[in-house]
Amino acid sequence: MQNNPALSPTFAEPHDADALVQVSGIGKRYRPDGPPVFSGVSFDIRPGEFVCLIGHSGCGKSSILNILAGLEQPSEGGMIMDGREITGPGLDRGVVFQGHALLPWLTALQNVTFAVRARHRHMPRHEIREKAEHYLAMVGLEAAMHKKPAELSGGMRQRVGIARAFCTQPRVLLMDEPFGALDALTRGMIQEELLKICAQTQQTVFMITHDVDEAIFLADRVLLMSNGPDARLAEDASNPLPRSRTRETMHHEDGFYTFRNHLVDFLVRRSALAQKAATA
Amino acid sequence: MLSQENRLSFFLSFASLLGVLLIWQFSTLPQASRSPYGIPDGNAEYQRLMGRSAVASTVRSDFPTPGAFVRNAIEVLHAPFHNNGPNDRGIGWQLGASLLRVMIGYGLATLVAVPLGFVFGLQPVIQKALNPFVQILRPISPLAWMPIALYTIRDAELCAIFVIFICSLWPILLNTAFGVASIRREWLNVIRTLEVRWPQRIFFVLLPAAAPTILTGMRIGLGVAWLAIVAAEMLVGSSGIGYFVWNQWNNLSLSNVILAVLLIGLAGMALDAALAFVQRSVRYAE
Ligand SMILES: Nc1ncnc2c1ncn2[C@@H]1O[C@H](COP(=O)(O)OP(=O)(O)OP(=O)(O)O)[C@@H](O)[C@H]1O
Ligand SMILES: [Mg+2]
Repeated sequence: MQNNPALSPTFAEPHDADALVQVSGIGKRYRPDGPPVFSGVSFDIRPGEFVCLIGHSGCGKSSILNILAGLEQPSEGGMIMDGREITGPGLDRGVVFQGHALLPWLTALQNVTFAVRARHRHMPRHEIREKAEHYLAMVGLEAAMHKKPAELSGGMRQRVGIARAFCTQPRVLLMDEPFGALDALTRGMIQEELLKICAQTQQTVFMITHDVDEAIFLADRVLLMSNGPDARLAEDASNPLPRSRTRETMHHEDGFYTFRNHLVDFLVRRSALAQKAATA
Repeated sequence: MLSQENRLSFFLSFASLLGVLLIWQFSTLPQASRSPYGIPDGNAEYQRLMGRSAVASTVRSDFPTPGAFVRNAIEVLHAPFHNNGPNDRGIGWQLGASLLRVMIGYGLATLVAVPLGFVFGLQPVIQKALNPFVQILRPISPLAWMPIALYTIRDAELCAIFVIFICSLWPILLNTAFGVASIRREWLNVIRTLEVRWPQRIFFVLLPAAAPTILTGMRIGLGVAWLAIVAAEMLVGSSGIGYFVWNQWNNLSLSNVILAVLLIGLAGMALDAALAFVQRSVRYAE
């Protein structure tokens, strides 16, 4: 299915030539008689970019991510990645799920090993294990490798989920509110780790969040969704802060408050207005 | 605190066992013949007047006393595996014959029901298409199959195995289908995004995820199989613990019947405990 730009009145932009992922006018309708959850969503993800998607609960963020992951089919529109249409799930896209989705009968190490083995089918056993240990060490879980998910804290589980997604070295990492269930302290710690790892590995990331500060800290670009039903992609805001930002000093940077107020104002006020404008 | 609770429950089970034994003992005490005049039979004076000695008048109850039962049991269990032809085989030999039949029939049922349950669980269309047949076949008492089985199979041994097969099939099938169908969607999404191939999907994710439910079905199936084998052997057997019970009843050897009944219970308990152990080992905390 090809995109008709007229489908996305509030947000339509010509695709960037060197984009890694091109999303063209996707929409999702779960019931044929009701309004679509969202429609006319188009955006690009460039290589090495960290893109955050913000929107109110129920506007269809997870649906967009699942469509990108290939786990669900869009009702309209399509996506191209690396010049090929996305039709199903694949190892080129790693997913960190909203719930951690670890396999509870396997230890942390075995969960990661399982993913490494799926990626490198003919790798010798000890190399697979070394690789898995490497990625667990990367998220700071050397000590808890042999514990089952039920014996780990929420933050540790989430980190295993991140290690599992990273270890397959996907072209794009898709993360659905990966820190939603964590307390502020753990959250900050893992955010910093994540940013460090992404910078090291030049990882392309698409992440859903409803935390404005998290988006400002992590994202190069923030996509803003209007409220559902029939939600739209209302804005595509580039982060004006330098990439060298840290969580402690971030709010001293020029333009932090302007950007933050812009995002908060969107969530509080304009997201509803955008919906009215779209449905009118 | 828990240990106190344990001690209490241990005491109570011991007490109930003792209670049952006492009731058994008293209700099977040697009784004098009933007097038509309502005078206690044990009254020695009356007995003497009637010209009988008290001892000679008492009749043994048909039902063995606990003591008699134990003496008999020790004797029978002394050589449980003796084999002097079809009418004189040891009780262990008979129990073994039943266990073997159950293992074969139940093993076949598991081999058929688990893969079929996977198909049902993964393909709702097939499940829907075949479910009416399953629902009709499932409530049929295993023994109702007996005449059909005897007519078509003709071999008594195979008939017993077929009955075990057919009655343990359904709980394993339905539980496997349910267990596979209710595997968490996110785990399925994980294996889809990792492009895990089918054999690995089945053995490393689907099977472990559904294993606790499958084992519940297998425990129910084994329980039903153990119930059915005794009845089946009473009908067609020339061996087996069910045949033994029926044979001893015909011999009016109630001691042996009680012993066999106890052994049936113990063996059933052991079979279930073995599967419960397996189930514990595949259980996972979410
Ligand atoms: N499988 C489904 N069938 C029917 N409706 C669905 C299904 N999945 C999602 N929806 C509906 O689509 C809408 C968007 O759901 P989605 O999970 O994408 O929201 P979300 O933006 O991720 O919300 P949250 O921030 O709470 O996670 C919701 O109204 C939901 O009821
Ligand atoms: Mg969501």
